[in-house]
Amino acid sequence: MYKQITDGRVISNQKIAEGIYKMNIYSLVAAQKAAPGQFITLYPKARHTLLPRPISLCAIAEESITLVYGIVGAGTMEFSGYNQGETLRLSIPQGNGFDLDCDDDLNNAHCGKGRQVTLVGGGLGVPPLVALAEQLTKQGDRVRVIVGFREEPYLLEDLITLGVDLRVTTDSGRFGFKGTVMDYIRAYPLNQDYYYACGPKAMLRELSVYCSERGVAVQVSIEERMGCGYGACLGCVCKVQGSYKKVCTDGPVFLGKDVDWYA
Amino acid sequence: MHEKELDLRVSIAGVILKNPITTASGTFSAKESGSFYDLSELGAIITKGVSNEAWEGNKTPRIAETYGGMLNAVGLQNPGVDSFILQELPYLIEAADTKIIVNVAGKTVEDYCSVVEKLWDAKVDLLEINISCPNIKCGGISFGTNPHLAAEITKEVKKKARQPIIIKLTPNVTDITEIAKAVEAEGADAVSLINTLMGMKIDVHSRKPSLWHKTGGLSGPAIKPVAVRMVYQVRRAVGIPIIGLGGIMTGEDVVEFIMAGADAVSIGTAALIDPRAPIRIKNELIAYMERYHLKSIKEIQDGFIDL
Repeated sequence: MYKQITDGRVISNQKIAEGIYKMNIYSLVAAQKAAPGQFITLYPKARHTLLPRPISLCAIAEESITLVYGIVGAGTMEFSGYNQGETLRLSIPQGNGFDLDCDDDLNNAHCGKGRQVTLVGGGLGVPPLVALAEQLTKQGDRVRVIVGFREEPYLLEDLITLGVDLRVTTDSGRFGFKGTVMDYIRAYPLNQDYYYACGPKAMLRELSVYCSERGVAVQVSIEERMGCGYGACLGCVCKVQGSYKKVCTDGPVFLGKDVDWYA
Repeated sequence: MHEKELDLRVSIAGVILKNPITTASGTFSAKESGSFYDLSELGAIITKGVSNEAWEGNKTPRIAETYGGMLNAVGLQNPGVDSFILQELPYLIEAADTKIIVNVAGKTVEDYCSVVEKLWDAKVDLLEINISCPNIKCGGISFGTNPHLAAEITKEVKKKARQPIIIKLTPNVTDITEIAKAVEAEGADAVSLINTLMGMKIDVHSRKPSLWHKTGGLSGPAIKPVAVRMVYQVRRAVGIPIIGLGGIMTGEDVVEFIMAGADAVSIGTAALIDPRAPIRIKNELIAYMERYHLKSIKEIQDGFIDL
């Protein structure tokens, strides 16, 4: 059975913050194969925009998936104009996704469910943490989520609904703690069994160093500009344990301790 | 008329491809592309560039989309020929019942010769010598832009190669026919063209080049007219077979290249956009042939009316 490019239909597509949109897509094929930390690639329709756009899965339902994306170029600008009923071409979910258990070779003292885990997200790194928080909560982990934004927070209600312990920071201080998520973590050190994170590389690097110093594991989801999104072009690479790995198929999730942050 | 009544076969330097559709170097992965379709449907597989030693490639960003095209500056990341022969090639041979063309990259004449020598015993049908990559500092394109160096490298590689050699030409020259003639004179068995056009994109918001490498190779439909023109010119300058490529998105694009003089074609950017593109394009080519009652690739070539 060969993989397919599949199709979907827009159920809803609304602006949730300045330049940030949330799109719910009906697609049985995509929904059934989806796992937290994976992404799909969505095909713009304008003929001059060639490459499908990789977007992380924010929420996974039985028959639909939810994407939260920012307008960063021609493709996402086009997406933001879609109305209910618009038909779409998209890939099936790609990438390894988050490992919801902890890795045995991490020598983690608190392996298994019922862990105290912290999810750390920055900006457009927050969306995949929603699907992750939902799964972790379901499997019995105690979940704390620390999310940081420049100015305007989003997806807070989605996280609150899940019943997680939520902390919010903004660079401007307009909402929640003033500063970055790392500033927050340093100001309020936590005893955690495990971390998951998604956000800007500088944030992931800082958090990985922080976790290494404390002997705690962290899984990081890396963002990199992609070409094909299915492992053929070697466009999106990240140096992991001394060699370039493909973010789209080897990742996007890696162990923070394995990423060569200064490469 | 059914597919079996059509003869899609083409010959490249005596090697018979079951159809003219091949994968452009650097846009194909046996494992990943093979998860979308049966690789045996391809006329040939052209591999990612293989060098003597492992090459790490460039830093990211390596990709930038442009209007109707894309820039890449991957920098020929590859595990080296030894690893290629041990790990990738056996997988490819197992996964695909089709011809295998290995793309050979290097920075010096000796580099190219070493790779070709190591592939002597390998179950490989043809070699594509890449003297046209715009994304590496030395070697690569500098061989492809100078007729004397292009001739020199063809001569040396030809001495060491068991398989017929295809020289892959760059469009980043004043007169591509000069290079084509120079490599034909030194024994090149075929040429493939075009490699990417050197380009650049600047992100006006960050005010920086969009690629880490600053410049990159432009591919995709934006470059197709340049490629068709060059295939047309080279067809009239040399007698050896031509593999045409550059922005092919549809079966009719393939026909255009064949009419311009190509014997086979490669699908690159289209396959990055849609992994199944080579198969779709093959089917569209068949549909075109059926529509015009053409029974062979040669008939398409012969049907071109050059006013």
